Amino acid sequence: MNVIVLSSLDLILAAGLVGILAVLSLIMQLGVAGRLVIAGLRTTVQLLLIGLVLETLFANVHLAWVTLLAMVMLLVAGREVMARQHRRFGGLWGYGLGTLSMFVSAFATTIFALLAIVGTDPWYEPQYAIPLLGMMLGNTMNGVALALDRLTSNAWQQRGVIEARLALGHEWRVAIGDITRESVRVGMIPIINAMAAAGIVSLPGMMTGQILSGTPPIEAVKYQILIMFMITAGTGFATMAASWIGARHLFDERCRLRLDRLIQGKSQ
Amino acid sequence: MLELQPVSLSLQSAECVCLTGPSGAGKSLLLRAIADLIPHLGEAQLDGHNCSEMKPSQWRRQVGYLPAESHWWSERVGDHFPVLPEAGFEQLGFTPEVMDWQVSRLSTGEKQRLALLRLLANQPHALLLDEPTASLDAANVRNAEVMIRDYRQKYNAPIIWVSHDAEQVRRVADRVYELKAGAVQEVSL
Repeated sequence: MNVIVLSSLDLILAAGLVGILAVLSLIMQLGVAGRLVIAGLRTTVQLLLIGLVLETLFANVHLAWVTLLAMVMLLVAGREVMARQHRRFGGLWGYGLGTLSMFVSAFATTIFALLAIVGTDPWYEPQYAIPLLGMMLGNTMNGVALALDRLTSNAWQQRGVIEARLALGHEWRVAIGDITRESVRVGMIPIINAMAAAGIVSLPGMMTGQILSGTPPIEAVKYQILIMFMITAGTGFATMAASWIGARHLFDERCRLRLDRLIQGKSQ
Repeated sequence: MLELQPVSLSLQSAECVCLTGPSGAGKSLLLRAIADLIPHLGEAQLDGHNCSEMKPSQWRRQVGYLPAESHWWSERVGDHFPVLPEAGFEQLGFTPEVMDWQVSRLSTGEKQRLALLRLLANQPHALLLDEPTASLDAANVRNAEVMIRDYRQKYNAPIIWVSHDAEQVRRVADRVYELKAGAVQEVSL
Protein backbone atom coordinates (compact mmCIF):
# COMPACT_ATOMS: atom_id res chain seq x y z
CA MET A 1 0.00 0.00 0.00
CA ASN A 2 1.44 3.35 -1.04
CA VAL A 3 0.44 6.36 1.00
CA ILE A 4 1.38 9.80 -0.29
CA VAL A 5 2.54 11.58 2.86
CA LEU A 6 1.09 15.08 3.16
CA SER A 7 3.47 17.88 4.09
CA SER A 8 2.64 20.95 6.15
CA LEU A 9 2.65 22.95 2.91
CA ASP A 10 -0.11 20.69 1.52
CA LEU A 11 -2.29 21.42 4.54
CA ILE A 12 -1.51 25.13 4.32
CA LEU A 13 -2.69 25.09 0.68
CA ALA A 14 -5.97 23.44 1.76
CA ALA A 15 -6.30 25.94 4.60
CA GLY A 16 -5.84 28.68 2.00
CA LEU A 17 -9.14 27.64 0.40
CA VAL A 18 -10.90 28.08 3.73
CA GLY A 19 -9.08 31.42 4.08
CA ILE A 20 -10.45 32.55 0.68
CA LEU A 21 -13.93 31.46 1.79
CA ALA A 22 -13.54 33.50 4.99
CA VAL A 23 -12.52 36.60 3.02
CA LEU A 24 -15.50 36.15 0.68
CA SER A 25 -17.81 35.76 3.70
CA LEU A 26 -16.39 38.97 5.09
CA ILE A 27 -16.96 40.87 1.83
CA MET A 28 -20.50 39.50 1.56
CA GLN A 29 -21.12 40.41 5.21
CA LEU A 30 -22.40 36.92 6.01
CA GLY A 31 -21.33 37.22 9.63
CA VAL A 32 -19.69 33.79 9.66
CA ALA A 33 -16.09 34.67 8.78
CA GLY A 34 -14.91 34.69 12.39
CA ARG A 35 -16.70 31.45 13.19
CA LEU A 36 -15.29 29.87 10.05
CA VAL A 37 -11.73 30.71 11.03
CA ILE A 38 -12.20 29.59 14.64
CA ALA A 39 -13.85 26.33 13.50
CA GLY A 40 -10.96 25.77 11.08
CA LEU A 41 -8.43 26.33 13.86
CA ARG A 42 -10.38 24.05 16.20
CA THR A 43 -10.55 21.24 13.69
CA THR A 44 -6.77 21.50 13.10
CA VAL A 45 -5.86 21.56 16.79
CA GLN A 46 -8.40 18.90 17.83
CA LEU A 47 -7.46 16.50 15.06
CA LEU A 48 -3.72 16.99 15.64
CA LEU A 49 -4.25 16.31 19.34
CA ILE A 50 -6.27 13.14 18.71
CA GLY A 51 -3.60 12.11 16.19
CA LEU A 52 -0.96 12.41 18.90
CA VAL A 53 -3.17 10.59 21.40
CA LEU A 54 -3.79 7.77 18.91
CA GLU A 55 -0.09 7.46 18.06
CA THR A 56 0.72 7.15 21.75
CA LEU A 57 -2.14 4.71 22.24
CA PHE A 58 -1.07 2.54 19.30
CA ALA A 59 2.46 2.44 20.70
CA ASN A 60 1.25 1.46 24.19
CA VAL A 61 -1.62 -0.95 23.68
CA HIS A 62 -3.37 -1.33 27.03
CA LEU A 63 -7.02 -1.88 27.89
CA ALA A 64 -6.95 0.85 30.54
CA TRP A 65 -5.85 3.55 28.04
CA VAL A 66 -8.40 2.44 25.45
CA THR A 67 -11.13 2.48 28.13
CA LEU A 68 -10.06 5.94 29.31
CA LEU A 69 -10.23 7.43 25.82
CA ALA A 70 -13.53 5.67 25.13
CA MET A 71 -15.02 7.11 28.33
CA VAL A 72 -13.84 10.63 27.44
CA MET A 73 -15.47 10.27 24.01
CA LEU A 74 -18.68 8.99 25.61
CA LEU A 75 -18.87 11.79 28.17
CA VAL A 76 -18.33 14.47 25.52
CA ALA A 77 -21.02 12.86 23.32
CA GLY A 78 -23.37 12.78 26.34
CA ARG A 79 -22.84 16.47 26.92
CA GLU A 80 -23.52 17.16 23.24
CA VAL A 81 -26.80 15.21 23.36
CA MET A 82 -27.92 17.23 26.38
CA ALA A 83 -26.95 20.56 24.80
CA ARG A 84 -28.96 19.87 21.64
CA GLN A 85 -32.31 19.54 23.39
CA HIS A 86 -34.74 22.41 23.56
CA ARG A 87 -36.36 20.92 26.64
CA ARG A 88 -34.42 18.36 28.60
CA PHE A 89 -34.71 16.46 31.84
CA GLY A 90 -33.39 18.30 34.87
CA GLY A 91 -30.66 17.02 37.17
CA LEU A 92 -28.67 13.88 36.49
CA TRP A 93 -31.32 12.55 34.11
CA GLY A 94 -30.56 15.34 31.63
CA TYR A 95 -27.03 14.08 31.20
CA GLY A 96 -27.46 10.45 32.15
CA LEU A 97 -30.29 9.41 29.84
CA GLY A 98 -28.50 10.05 26.54
CA THR A 99 -25.12 8.97 27.89
CA LEU A 100 -26.43 5.70 29.28
CA SER A 101 -28.31 4.84 26.08
CA MET A 102 -25.20 5.54 24.00
CA PHE A 103 -23.00 3.64 26.42
CA VAL A 104 -25.12 0.50 26.32
CA SER A 105 -25.75 0.56 22.59
CA ALA A 106 -22.53 1.95 21.06
CA PHE A 107 -20.20 0.02 23.36
CA ALA A 108 -22.09 -3.25 23.03
CA THR A 109 -22.22 -2.97 19.23
CA THR A 110 -18.53 -2.02 18.95
CA ILE A 111 -17.39 -4.83 21.24
CA PHE A 112 -19.59 -7.26 19.31
CA ALA A 113 -17.99 -6.13 16.04
CA LEU A 114 -14.47 -6.38 17.45
CA LEU A 115 -14.99 -9.82 18.98
CA ALA A 116 -17.30 -11.56 16.55
CA ILE A 117 -16.67 -9.89 13.19
CA VAL A 118 -13.29 -8.20 12.87
CA GLY A 119 -11.62 -10.58 15.33
CA THR A 120 -8.74 -8.33 16.40
CA ASP A 121 -6.09 -9.54 18.82
CA PRO A 122 -6.26 -8.27 21.49
CA TRP A 123 -9.95 -7.53 21.05
CA TYR A 124 -9.45 -3.91 22.19
CA GLU A 125 -6.70 -3.24 19.60
CA PRO A 126 -6.91 0.60 19.53
CA GLN A 127 -6.27 0.87 15.77
CA TYR A 128 -9.69 -0.75 15.28
CA ALA A 129 -11.51 -0.10 18.55
CA ILE A 130 -11.17 3.69 18.70
CA PRO A 131 -12.15 4.56 15.09
CA LEU A 132 -15.06 2.11 15.22
CA LEU A 133 -16.28 3.48 18.54
CA GLY A 134 -15.81 7.04 17.31
CA MET A 135 -17.99 6.46 14.28
CA MET A 136 -20.56 4.63 16.39
CA LEU A 137 -20.73 7.39 18.98
CA GLY A 138 -20.87 10.19 16.42
CA ASN A 139 -23.90 8.71 14.69
CA THR A 140 -25.59 7.40 17.83
CA MET A 141 -25.22 10.83 19.37
CA ASN A 142 -27.10 12.42 16.47
CA GLY A 143 -29.89 9.86 16.63
CA VAL A 144 -30.34 10.06 20.40
CA ALA A 145 -30.23 13.87 20.41
CA LEU A 146 -32.87 14.10 17.67
CA ALA A 147 -35.09 11.49 19.33
CA LEU A 148 -34.97 13.00 22.82
CA ASP A 149 -35.52 16.50 21.48
CA ARG A 150 -38.60 15.31 19.59
CA LEU A 151 -39.87 13.31 22.59
CA THR A 152 -39.71 16.16 25.08
CA SER A 153 -40.92 18.85 22.65
CA ASN A 154 -43.91 16.81 21.53
CA ALA A 155 -44.79 15.78 25.08
CA TRP A 156 -44.78 19.46 26.01
CA GLN A 157 -46.89 20.51 23.04
CA GLN A 158 -49.32 17.61 23.33
CA ARG A 159 -49.66 17.53 27.12
CA GLY A 160 -53.41 18.04 26.80
CA VAL A 161 -53.74 14.96 24.60
CA ILE A 162 -51.60 12.84 26.91
CA GLU A 163 -53.59 13.88 29.95
CA ALA A 164 -56.90 13.35 28.14
CA ARG A 165 -55.82 9.80 27.32
CA LEU A 166 -54.71 9.16 30.89
CA ALA A 167 -58.07 10.47 32.08
CA LEU A 168 -59.81 7.91 29.86
CA GLY A 169 -57.86 5.16 31.60
CA HIS A 170 -55.04 4.67 29.11
CA GLU A 171 -51.74 3.35 30.49
CA TRP A 172 -48.79 5.77 30.24
CA ARG A 173 -47.19 3.82 27.39
CA VAL A 174 -50.39 4.06 25.36
CA ALA A 175 -51.00 7.72 26.25
CA ILE A 176 -47.54 8.71 24.96
CA GLY A 177 -47.16 5.83 22.47
CA ASP A 178 -47.57 7.91 19.31
CA ILE A 179 -45.00 10.43 20.54
CA THR A 180 -42.48 7.74 21.51
CA ARG A 181 -42.77 6.03 18.13
CA GLU A 182 -42.37 9.36 16.35
CA SER A 183 -39.21 10.07 18.38
CA VAL A 184 -37.64 6.73 17.45
CA ARG A 185 -38.52 7.30 13.80
CA VAL A 186 -36.98 10.77 13.79
CA GLY A 187 -33.81 9.45 15.45
CA MET A 188 -33.41 6.67 12.90
CA ILE A 189 -34.24 8.54 9.70
CA PRO A 190 -30.76 10.10 9.13
CA ILE A 191 -28.95 6.77 9.27
CA ILE A 192 -31.58 5.02 7.12
CA ASN A 193 -31.20 7.82 4.55
CA ALA A 194 -27.41 7.51 4.74
CA MET A 195 -27.63 3.75 4.08
CA ALA A 196 -29.98 4.29 1.16
CA ALA A 197 -27.72 6.94 -0.44
CA ALA A 198 -24.36 5.29 0.27
CA GLY A 199 -22.33 4.61 -2.85
CA ILE A 200 -24.73 6.40 -5.19
CA VAL A 201 -25.21 9.90 -3.85
CA SER A 202 -22.25 9.88 -1.47
CA LEU A 203 -19.05 7.99 -0.89
CA PRO A 204 -18.87 7.55 2.88
CA GLY A 205 -15.93 9.23 4.60
CA MET A 206 -14.34 6.17 6.12
CA MET A 207 -14.28 4.27 2.85
CA THR A 208 -12.92 7.30 1.02
CA GLY A 209 -10.19 7.66 3.65
CA GLN A 210 -9.19 4.02 3.35
CA ILE A 211 -9.05 4.22 -0.45
CA LEU A 212 -6.94 7.40 -0.25
CA SER A 213 -4.55 5.62 2.09
CA GLY A 214 -4.10 2.79 -0.39
CA THR A 215 -6.56 0.10 0.72
CA PRO A 216 -8.04 -1.82 -2.24
CA PRO A 217 -11.52 -0.38 -2.90
CA ILE A 218 -13.36 -3.66 -2.40
CA GLU A 219 -11.75 -4.10 1.05
CA ALA A 220 -12.64 -0.53 1.94
CA VAL A 221 -16.21 -1.17 0.78
CA LYS A 222 -16.48 -4.26 3.00
CA TYR A 223 -15.42 -2.22 6.02
CA GLN A 224 -17.86 0.50 5.08
CA ILE A 225 -20.73 -1.97 4.85
CA LEU A 226 -19.78 -3.34 8.26
CA ILE A 227 -19.68 0.18 9.68
CA MET A 228 -23.02 1.13 8.14
CA PHE A 229 -24.76 -1.90 9.63
CA MET A 230 -23.13 -1.36 13.01
CA ILE A 231 -24.02 2.31 13.05
CA THR A 232 -27.60 1.57 12.03
CA ALA A 233 -28.03 -1.09 14.69
CA GLY A 234 -26.30 0.98 17.36
CA THR A 235 -28.25 4.13 16.55
CA GLY A 236 -31.52 2.23 16.41
CA PHE A 237 -31.00 0.47 19.74
CA ALA A 238 -29.79 3.65 21.48
CA THR A 239 -32.67 5.69 20.06
CA MET A 240 -35.22 3.10 21.14
CA ALA A 241 -33.72 2.84 24.63
CA ALA A 242 -33.46 6.61 25.10
CA SER A 243 -37.01 7.24 23.82
CA TRP A 244 -38.56 4.49 25.92
CA ILE A 245 -36.70 5.34 29.13
CA GLY A 246 -37.27 9.06 28.50
CA ALA A 247 -40.98 8.51 27.94
CA ARG A 248 -41.21 6.47 31.14
CA HIS A 249 -39.47 9.20 33.11
CA LEU A 250 -42.06 11.71 31.92
CA PHE A 251 -44.50 9.87 34.22
CA ASP A 252 -44.28 9.21 37.93
CA GLU A 253 -45.19 6.07 39.86
CA ARG A 254 -48.91 7.00 39.65
CA CYS A 255 -48.62 7.47 35.88
CA ARG A 256 -49.07 11.24 36.06
CA LEU A 257 -47.48 13.31 33.32
CA ARG A 258 -44.59 15.15 35.01
CA LEU A 259 -43.51 17.92 32.67
CA ASP A 260 -42.04 19.67 35.72
CA ARG A 261 -39.15 17.22 35.28
CA LEU A 262 -38.16 19.09 32.11
CA ILE A 263 -36.14 22.25 32.02
CA GLN A 264 -35.66 24.71 29.19
CA GLY A 265 -32.40 24.12 27.35
CA LYS A 266 -30.34 26.74 25.56
CA SER A 267 -30.21 25.15 22.13
CA GLN A 268 -32.05 26.08 18.90
CA MET B 1 -48.04 28.41 41.01
CA LEU B 2 -51.42 28.05 42.73
CA GLU B 3 -51.66 25.72 45.70
CA LEU B 4 -54.95 24.39 46.96
CA GLN B 5 -55.85 24.82 50.61
CA PRO B 6 -56.89 21.62 52.37
CA VAL B 7 -60.29 20.64 50.97
CA SER B 8 -62.70 18.09 52.40
CA LEU B 9 -65.60 17.14 50.20
CA SER B 10 -67.97 14.20 50.52
CA LEU B 11 -70.66 13.31 48.00
CA GLN B 12 -73.63 10.98 48.27
CA SER B 13 -74.62 8.63 45.45
CA ALA B 14 -76.15 10.53 42.52
CA GLU B 15 -75.46 13.84 44.18
CA CYS B 16 -74.33 16.78 42.03
CA VAL B 17 -71.99 19.33 43.59
CA CYS B 18 -71.21 22.43 41.58
CA LEU B 19 -67.92 24.27 41.92
CA THR B 20 -67.89 27.93 41.05
CA GLY B 21 -65.41 30.73 41.45
CA PRO B 22 -63.23 33.07 39.45
CA SER B 23 -60.84 31.80 36.78
CA GLY B 24 -57.56 30.68 38.28
CA ALA B 25 -59.13 29.89 41.66
CA GLY B 26 -58.13 26.22 41.42
CA LYS B 27 -61.33 24.50 40.25
CA SER B 28 -59.70 22.56 37.43
CA LEU B 29 -56.71 21.88 39.67
CA LEU B 30 -59.01 20.26 42.25
CA LEU B 31 -60.67 18.04 39.63
CA ARG B 32 -57.30 17.01 38.21
CA ALA B 33 -56.03 16.21 41.70
CA ILE B 34 -59.10 14.03 42.40
CA ALA B 35 -58.53 12.30 39.04
CA ASP B 36 -54.95 11.72 40.26
CA LEU B 37 -53.51 13.49 37.21
CA ILE B 38 -51.28 15.80 39.26
CA PRO B 39 -49.24 15.17 42.42
CA HIS B 40 -51.20 16.01 45.59
CA LEU B 41 -51.12 15.38 49.30
CA GLY B 42 -54.78 14.43 49.67
CA GLU B 43 -56.60 11.13 49.43
CA ALA B 44 -59.69 10.52 47.35
CA GLN B 45 -62.08 7.66 47.97
CA LEU B 46 -64.74 6.13 45.75
CA ASP B 47 -67.14 3.38 46.83
CA GLY B 48 -64.94 2.78 49.90
CA HIS B 49 -61.73 2.34 47.88
CA ASN B 50 -58.76 4.66 48.26
CA CYS B 51 -57.28 6.12 45.10
CA SER B 52 -53.74 5.14 46.16
CA GLU B 53 -54.78 1.49 46.51
CA MET B 54 -56.04 1.25 42.95
CA LYS B 55 -54.14 1.12 39.67
CA PRO B 56 -54.04 4.66 38.24
CA SER B 57 -55.76 3.61 35.01
CA GLN B 58 -58.53 1.83 36.91
CA TRP B 59 -59.06 4.83 39.22
CA ARG B 60 -59.25 7.25 36.30
CA ARG B 61 -61.74 5.09 34.42
CA GLN B 62 -63.94 5.07 37.52
CA VAL B 63 -63.81 8.79 38.33
CA GLY B 64 -64.40 9.99 34.76
CA TYR B 65 -62.69 13.39 34.39
CA LEU B 66 -63.81 15.57 31.47
CA PRO B 67 -61.37 18.46 30.83
CA ALA B 68 -62.68 21.84 29.70
CA GLU B 69 -60.97 21.50 26.34
CA SER B 70 -61.47 18.24 24.45
CA HIS B 71 -58.44 16.56 22.92
CA TRP B 72 -58.16 14.29 19.89
CA TRP B 73 -55.20 12.34 18.57
CA SER B 74 -56.38 10.25 15.59
CA GLU B 75 -58.10 11.19 12.35
CA ARG B 76 -61.22 9.05 12.81
CA VAL B 77 -63.66 9.92 15.60
CA GLY B 78 -64.33 6.28 16.52
CA ASP B 79 -60.63 5.64 17.22
CA HIS B 80 -60.91 7.87 20.29
CA PHE B 81 -63.54 5.76 21.99
CA PRO B 82 -62.11 3.05 24.27
CA VAL B 83 -65.67 1.71 24.42
CA LEU B 84 -68.24 2.41 21.72
CA PRO B 85 -71.36 4.12 23.12
CA GLU B 86 -74.51 1.99 23.16
CA ALA B 87 -76.78 5.03 22.97
CA GLY B 88 -76.88 8.78 23.32
CA PHE B 89 -75.99 9.73 19.75
CA GLU B 90 -79.42 11.17 18.93
CA GLN B 91 -79.70 12.93 22.28
CA LEU B 92 -76.58 14.92 21.47
CA GLY B 93 -77.55 15.53 17.84
CA PHE B 94 -75.54 12.75 16.16
CA THR B 95 -76.10 9.44 14.43
CA PRO B 96 -73.85 6.40 15.01
CA GLU B 97 -72.17 7.24 11.68
CA VAL B 98 -70.35 10.02 13.50
CA MET B 99 -67.84 7.35 14.53
CA ASP B 100 -66.53 7.34 10.94
CA TRP B 101 -66.24 11.13 10.68
CA GLN B 102 -62.90 12.92 10.45
CA VAL B 103 -62.01 14.86 13.59
CA SER B 104 -60.83 17.77 11.43
CA ARG B 105 -64.45 18.20 10.24
CA LEU B 106 -65.79 18.73 13.75
CA SER B 107 -66.69 22.10 15.23
CA THR B 108 -65.65 22.98 18.79
CA GLY B 109 -69.18 22.31 20.01
CA GLU B 110 -69.36 18.94 18.27
CA LYS B 111 -66.04 17.98 19.81
CA GLN B 112 -67.29 18.90 23.26
CA ARG B 113 -70.48 16.85 22.85
CA LEU B 114 -68.51 13.88 21.53
CA ALA B 115 -66.05 14.18 24.41
CA LEU B 116 -68.99 13.86 26.81
CA LEU B 117 -70.30 10.86 24.89
CA ARG B 118 -66.81 9.30 24.99
CA LEU B 119 -66.58 9.81 28.73
CA LEU B 120 -69.98 8.31 29.48
CA ALA B 121 -69.32 5.33 27.19
CA ASN B 122 -66.53 4.41 29.64
CA GLN B 123 -69.26 4.08 32.31
CA PRO B 124 -67.39 5.83 35.14
CA HIS B 125 -68.74 5.46 38.70
CA ALA B 126 -68.42 9.22 39.29
CA LEU B 127 -68.08 12.27 37.05
CA LEU B 128 -65.67 15.19 37.30
CA LEU B 129 -66.90 17.70 34.74
CA ASP B 130 -64.93 20.83 33.94
CA GLU B 131 -67.31 23.23 32.17
CA PRO B 132 -68.78 20.43 30.03
CA THR B 133 -71.17 22.72 28.15
CA ALA B 134 -69.07 25.89 27.77
CA SER B 135 -68.89 25.69 23.96
CA LEU B 136 -72.49 24.60 23.33
CA ASP B 137 -75.55 26.50 22.11
CA ALA B 138 -78.58 26.77 24.41
CA ALA B 139 -80.40 23.72 22.98
CA ASN B 140 -77.34 21.49 23.22
CA VAL B 141 -76.60 22.75 26.74
CA ARG B 142 -80.03 21.46 27.79
CA ASN B 143 -79.54 18.18 25.93
CA ALA B 144 -76.19 17.63 27.58
CA GLU B 145 -77.61 18.48 31.02
CA VAL B 146 -80.43 15.98 30.55
CA MET B 147 -77.98 13.33 29.39
CA ILE B 148 -75.76 13.85 32.44
CA ARG B 149 -78.79 13.86 34.76
CA ASP B 150 -80.06 10.59 33.24
CA TYR B 151 -76.61 9.06 33.60
CA ARG B 152 -76.25 9.94 37.27
CA GLN B 153 -79.74 8.62 38.03
CA LYS B 154 -79.14 5.39 36.12
CA TYR B 155 -75.73 4.68 37.65
CA ASN B 156 -76.11 6.57 40.98
CA ALA B 157 -73.00 8.46 39.97
CA PRO B 158 -71.95 11.44 42.11
CA ILE B 159 -70.85 14.47 40.09
CA ILE B 160 -68.52 17.40 40.70
CA TRP B 161 -69.41 19.97 38.07
CA VAL B 162 -67.40 23.12 37.43
CA SER B 163 -69.55 25.86 35.94
CA HIS B 164 -69.44 29.62 35.50
CA ASP B 165 -73.11 29.74 34.52
CA ALA B 166 -75.24 30.70 37.55
CA GLU B 167 -78.45 29.56 35.82
CA GLN B 168 -76.95 26.19 35.03
CA VAL B 169 -75.75 25.80 38.60
CA ARG B 170 -79.30 26.39 39.83
CA ARG B 171 -80.64 23.79 37.35
CA VAL B 172 -78.22 20.96 38.09
CA ALA B 173 -76.68 21.39 41.57
CA ASP B 174 -77.70 19.79 44.83
CA ARG B 175 -74.97 21.74 46.62
CA VAL B 176 -72.67 24.57 45.55
CA TYR B 177 -69.15 25.38 46.64
CA GLU B 178 -67.15 28.43 45.75
CA LEU B 179 -63.41 28.29 45.28
CA LYS B 180 -61.40 31.42 45.89
CA ALA B 181 -57.59 31.47 45.87
CA GLY B 182 -57.46 27.73 46.46
CA ALA B 183 -59.88 27.72 49.45
CA VAL B 184 -63.33 26.14 49.24
CA GLN B 185 -66.52 27.42 50.85
CA GLU B 186 -70.13 26.17 50.64
CA VAL B 187 -72.61 28.73 49.36
CA SER B 188 -76.40 28.60 49.28
CA LEU B 189 -78.19 27.81 46.04
